[in-house]
Amino acid sequence: MKTPIQFRLNGEEVATFVESGANLLDTLRESVGDLSVKGGCWQGTCGTCTVLMDGSPRLSCVTLAETCAGRSIETVAGLRRGADLHPLQSAFMERFAAQCGYCTPGMLMAAKALLDKNPNPTRENVVDAICGNICRCTGYEPIIDAVLDAARSDNRRRA
Amino acid sequence: MSITVKTFPRLAEAAGALSQDRGARFLAGGTLVMRSVNEADLAIETIVRSTDPSFVHIAVSSGRVELGAGVTMAGILAERDLAYLHPVARAVGGPAVREAATVGGNLFAPSPYGDFTAALLALDATLMLAGGFGQREVPLEDFLGRRDRGAVLVSSVVFKRPAADAFRFLKVTRVHPKGVSVLSIAVQLPSASGRISGARIAYGAMGPSPVRAKAAERALEGRTLDAAGIAPTWAVAADGTAPVDDAIASAWWRRKILPVHLRRLLLGAAHT
Repeated sequence: MKTPIQFRLNGEEVATFVESGANLLDTLRESVGDLSVKGGCWQGTCGTCTVLMDGSPRLSCVTLAETCAGRSIETVAGLRRGADLHPLQSAFMERFAAQCGYCTPGMLMAAKALLDKNPNPTRENVVDAICGNICRCTGYEPIIDAVLDAARSDNRRRA
Repeated sequence: MSITVKTFPRLAEAAGALSQDRGARFLAGGTLVMRSVNEADLAIETIVRSTDPSFVHIAVSSGRVELGAGVTMAGILAERDLAYLHPVARAVGGPAVREAATVGGNLFAPSPYGDFTAALLALDATLMLAGGFGQREVPLEDFLGRRDRGAVLVSSVVFKRPAADAFRFLKVTRVHPKGVSVLSIAVQLPSASGRISGARIAYGAMGPSPVRAKAAERALEGRTLDAAGIAPTWAVAADGTAPVDDAIASAWWRRKILPVHLRRLLLGAAHT
């Protein structure tokens, strides 16, 4: 049975039909066509499917799509600021914080959730923010450095 | 096979739907139920949910605390009056999991998960169950012994606010800051004239569900909270537990390290 739902995706209103019981990850990728969200485990374990719901990080693979009606969803596809990359995206490139790249969409959104609420995070804050996101390539250090760099560059831009 | 999602404005209605449908599961945050749905668990034919505001309500008044079963770990962390529970809520998953994982869902989390439930057990919590029969109260300890039997809907969890500094919690993991429990320990240590009176100790991941350490509680009765006072707990710390071998740790290892961490927690020397 298909159910109609409507929500905001990266600032744009989206209306679609979902299979009853579908998760948000599959809905974004298969019904809406936002392939920036990656699926890893479909168990709520790896964090690569992290999106923001009303500004807070959520694991889209274990989020019932129907609970997103009327909510605001943000994905990596909406990170760019016009023609410019988001400071997090630039910092990830400069710090080589992505290797295979599979965890990167979730890492970026988990980091964005942190910086949106705490523009001056400590290293400990960053570690906690990404502790639910698994990376098997980088050893995490370049990612942590990139998030701290992004916070600094974004603060400089605002000053 | 398609799944039907039923959403009810009142918990009582959701409880009614749950009790009438053997293929129904109640969805709160989704971290448990959606895993099963994603695995195509054929036992799940209906997802029942509720938008009842009481389900996500926190009430703290004159020593009594009531947490709606839909309150999330993030909700606990946002509540200053629940500061003693913050280390427990922070031990549940990463930030994205904490936004979804609920107090009620944790009650059903299989071992080695369910750290928050161990804390509630140490706090001597009572569950308010909604059902076709109306609302009734069940002590958490009784509930844990038969939580897999029958469809029940927990509407809220009630407990007395612990005395200042009387509640402590630690979680032992191999990965920091977020890892699955090797074990977790929650203690409530009321004292009178410097001696422990009516201690409650609960373990997570030391059995199929969180369990009380009654022998260790008895060993603490009337004792002082120092190295000599807590010494009798060492020998009986693992009494009544039934840990299992899993990917995180062996049962032998869990039993072996339990007294060490209990000692550290009781002496206030634990690093969580």
